[in-house]
Amino acid sequence: MPVVVCDQLGKTYRVANKPPGLGGTLRHFVRRRYKDVEAVKDISFTIEPGEIVGFLGPNGAGKTTTLKMLTGLIHPSAGRCDVLGHTPFGRDRDFLRRITLVMGQKQQLIWDLPAMDSLRINAAVYDVPDRDAKARIDELAGLLDLDDELTRPVRKLSLGERMKCELVAALLHHPKVLFLDEPTLGLDVNAQTAVRRFLCEYNQKQGAAILLTSHYMADITALCDRVILIHQGALMYDGSLDGIIQRFAPFREVKVEFDSDVTESALRPYGEVESLDGRVARLLVRRDDLTQRIARLFNEQQVADLTVADPPIEDVIGKLFAEGAA
Amino acid sequence: MTRHLRITRLFWSASIAAEMEYRSNFVLTFVTSAMMLGGAVLTLAVLFQHDYQMGGWTWPQALMVVAIYTILDGFQQTFLAPNRTRITELVREGTLDFVLLKPIDSQFWLSVYKISIWGLPNLVLGVAMLIYAGMRTRPPLDAGDYALGLPMIVLGVAILYALGYMLSTLTVWFIKMNNITYAMAALLEAGRYPIPAYPLPYRVFFTFVLPVAFMTTVPAQTMLGMSGSAVWIVGSLGVAVVMLIAARLFWRFALRYYTSASS
Repeated sequence: MPVVVCDQLGKTYRVANKPPGLGGTLRHFVRRRYKDVEAVKDISFTIEPGEIVGFLGPNGAGKTTTLKMLTGLIHPSAGRCDVLGHTPFGRDRDFLRRITLVMGQKQQLIWDLPAMDSLRINAAVYDVPDRDAKARIDELAGLLDLDDELTRPVRKLSLGERMKCELVAALLHHPKVLFLDEPTLGLDVNAQTAVRRFLCEYNQKQGAAILLTSHYMADITALCDRVILIHQGALMYDGSLDGIIQRFAPFREVKVEFDSDVTESALRPYGEVESLDGRVARLLVRRDDLTQRIARLFNEQQVADLTVADPPIEDVIGKLFAEGAA
Repeated sequence: MTRHLRITRLFWSASIAAEMEYRSNFVLTFVTSAMMLGGAVLTLAVLFQHDYQMGGWTWPQALMVVAIYTILDGFQQTFLAPNRTRITELVREGTLDFVLLKPIDSQFWLSVYKISIWGLPNLVLGVAMLIYAGMRTRPPLDAGDYALGLPMIVLGVAILYALGYMLSTLTVWFIKMNNITYAMAALLEAGRYPIPAYPLPYRVFFTFVLPVAFMTTVPAQTMLGMSGSAVWIVGSLGVAVVMLIAARLFWRFALRYYTSASS
């Protein structure tokens, strides 16, 4: 039984369009012109219990809109979604008790008070008995290496510490489905690693499903076996991380070390020259004639060393979104 | 119910703790608050020198209205205004989402979340004035009169709350609405003196358009046992119930809009 089902989900916004300049402003004030923007169109996927799925797309691709539909914050304008057997938009108590939403750019903790005060409120709102709440806070804090940070005013915490406290607040009720919108936004490398490790442990301990958006590829590669790519509101890919390269990167990266310096023009017949530094070159070669080109390289040039690798996933996805090709 | 009380207690203790985080601000606000209270008492004392009448109300009777106004104003400053301001903030910053995702009624959360202790002195002053004015009327009020008046004050508070909540709900559409506090203070201000003391068009306006009459004048009339109170009592109850239901429905409607429009 999947915990999340999206069936041809779509969302169209009506947005006001203001012409530039004073004249435009006046016209905009008197009579607004609207146009419809399809933020999400025809997206279908399912998530099984315990799965961690990376949700990728450039800014404005429709990731947040999809998360908001799945948490019941906005109403889909087309299609259907189902989370834990509930229609999210009903926002019934039973549904809300079993999900959580973390937004990297918004916070729920009370700014002037220690996180502990917000945690006590959350415990009461989610009906977590005091003793359980204490045990859960200790456990979550332990996993996140939090100590007296929970008793210091939130405004005095660093961004990383604050995000960790946010996670404790968001997970205190032990939700079964986690929607995380850029949970590592702006964090330094150490904090990012800590958050990733924590999510991984929470996922294993609670068997919770996680749908995660992030701009840091490292988050995705560390956590997700499966990724969903969306671009301009439409689903582009749904499958394993490795599959992206198979499907969208028709090139492999060939790193060659020559016996002596070579020129770029001499290498052009073998593939697209990515970089050349004296004797070391990196070439992009199409998969289909990879063996043939490498054979020619060995025959025609003085090759000292040669390795073939997939291009970095960041580059593949980056290129993909830049081109927008499906 | 006990859950809601527990949550309210946590909200309020957090709210007071947050206020006390900034010590110098706390001291300053305390001083301002004390000075404003002193000013209010002084104004009353000056008015007391002249024993004048207001639209057929004797001075102690009019003072009852002023007292009830002061109580409502104190209540508004303590419990209502801080939450109205916060609703605007939540809508503008988009953090209303967090409230909507909690397994608890959002209107409850938004109505009781904050408390400002700085309205409490007004509340106390109002009660003191009410007792003082009650002793000065002929005949003096007894416990029964107060017992009759108290539910009317509660209804007045309910009307005030519902009006303010509807006004705050508008932020879902207009986003920027910084003047709710002033608008509501000004509205209540109209009920500072007995409504019958106003010219007829105003009386009609403050009864049927903005139900200010029900907030201050009607409770006073009820306590004073003025003629025709019964109709007003029923009217007050009716207005309060209708307004509360309207506020509730309007909030639901606004949420439907918010959740289908925001990004």
